[in-house]
Order: sequence, then C-alpha cells, then structure tokens
Amino acid sequence: MRNKHLSTAILCLALAAMVACKGKPSDSQIQTKVTEQLSTMPEVTADVKDGVVTLAGNAPDEAARASAETAVAGVEGVKSITNNIMVTPPAAPAPVATDTAAMANPADEALRTGVADITKDFPGANVKVEAGVITVTGELSAAKWKTLKQALDGLHPKRVDASGLKVK
Amino acid sequence: MSLQDKYKELIDTARSAGTNNLQVNEREGVLHISGEAPTGSVKDNLWSIYGKIDPNYLSGDVVMDIQVATAVEGAKLEVITQSSNLNVRRGPGTDEPIIGKAAHAEIVTLISKHSDQWWLIRTKDGQEGYAHAQYLKPVE
Repeated sequence: MRNKHLSTAILCLALAAMVACKGKPSDSQIQTKVTEQLSTMPEVTADVKDGVVTLAGNAPDEAARASAETAVAGVEGVKSITNNIMVTPPAAPAPVATDTAAMANPADEALRTGVADITKDFPGANVKVEAGVITVTGELSAAKWKTLKQALDGLHPKRVDASGLKVK
Repeated sequence: MSLQDKYKELIDTARSAGTNNLQVNEREGVLHISGEAPTGSVKDNLWSIYGKIDPNYLSGDVVMDIQVATAVEGAKLEVITQSSNLNVRRGPGTDEPIIGKAAHAEIVTLISKHSDQWWLIRTKDGQEGYAHAQYLKPVE
C-alpha cells in the first residue's frame, strides 16, 4: 500500500516534470524555431539565451527589420527580443560603364548588352562600344572573326572598327 | 571610288538573288546593307563576296545584316558552332541559366524568334530554350 503511494507520487512528479518541460522550451528548441522563421532572411542571425532572442545582421528596409521581429515574437518560449538588425539597402549594381558619356547613351547600352551576349564565345577578342561604334581588338582565326563580324553587324552599329584586330 | 561602287558586286548579287527589303544606305562613311535573303546559301554567298572585296572584313566600311527568309517558326535549324555544343538557356541572354545543350551539327526546331539575336528552339531531345541565332542556320 505504501509502495503504491510512492510509485504514484513518482509518476506524478515525472508527469509534472514533463509538463514543465513542454511548457518551457529550451533555448536550443527556441533557436530551431526562430531559425525556421528567419529562413527567408539569409542576412539575419538570431541568438537565444534564457528565452531572450537577440537579432543581428542586415535587412533591406525598415519593414523587413520589423517583420523579422514579428516572426520571432510568435515563437513559443520567447520572452523578449533585442532587435539589433541594421537596415542596409541592397548595394546598387556596379556600373558597367564608368564613363558618364557612355552611360547617358541608351543606344550604347543596348549595343553593349548585345555585344556581351555575343563576345562570351570569343575569348581572343576584346570588343568595346563607344558612341554607336564597335571596336574589336585582339586576335582571332579568320573563321571565328567572320562569325563574330556577322553577329556584330546584326546589332546595327554605326560601324565595326577592326583595324586593331589580328586575323590569323 | 564611292562605297556603292566598291561593293557593287555585293549589292548587285543581293538584288539579283531576290533579297527582300534590301536596304543600302551610306552613313558617315559606312555602307549599311540589310535585307532578307531567300535562303541561307544566298546569305553565305553574300558574305563570301563581301570578304572577297574586303579581305577579312577589316576596312570597317560595311555593316551588313542579312536575315534568312526560311528561318520561320517550325523551321529546322542546324547548329553551326565551330565544334562545341550550343548552350540552350532559360531566357534570352547570356546571363540566363543554361538548361541544356545542342550538339555541334545537331538539327533543332525554331519555335519562335525573341529577337534577331535570341531564338527559342527545341533540341532533338525535346528540350526547349533560347539560343543565340548566330549559331543557327536554316536547313535547306
């Protein structure tokens, strides 16, 4: 009889412990959930200590910074959040052409795109675009140059200047 | 000698071979020739004549864009790379991911033309994607 009481007590204690565990997720459990929530924000990191989540890293704008916090706030066991995320707008794409004259000429930009598509397959040639004129330098076989010239002419430049090209 | 005289044989051949919408204009010391040749061999011939008058096309006094009339939707195209495979891409541009390859000399099908440069094709394995038109020649 006494023994039975004891085992019941132990069982109750064990159950209580399990419930307690379930009610209070560990830091590592929180970390897993938080990381899941932040999976769409590769530049944001989270650190969990005693249920306090510290967010760090970069967000492209204020809205993204706030939404990271909101997402994490919904995770069970999170007591508070320290939001150290910095708002860093994505870097502007590196300018393809540095000279302003060429940048201002949209026709040159279109030509450059066409030229870039074509010249990838012609490693021996150096092709430049300036004021509607395509200049080709370097060294190519006659057959390759013919293919390149046909493709470049198809872009309708003002002129294709190959005076600096060596044809083997 | 004017450019039209220098390239007379080229212009005359283009005209007599039935090149559609043949345009010959001289602008800033450059002769611009464009049109649509009835077949790929007419185009090849015009480029041969151009190369005969101006060896290796080095004078820079002609810009010639000859399209081929037989390159229409459904047409069979030969892959005319030097020897390598032709990249088939998800979209029109070399920044687009490569989704397949067409072998040198393989026959592919023209689905549509995105531009003069980028054509949507179907390879013999059924892969569809964009390839650069400079390596595709209609099969006659």
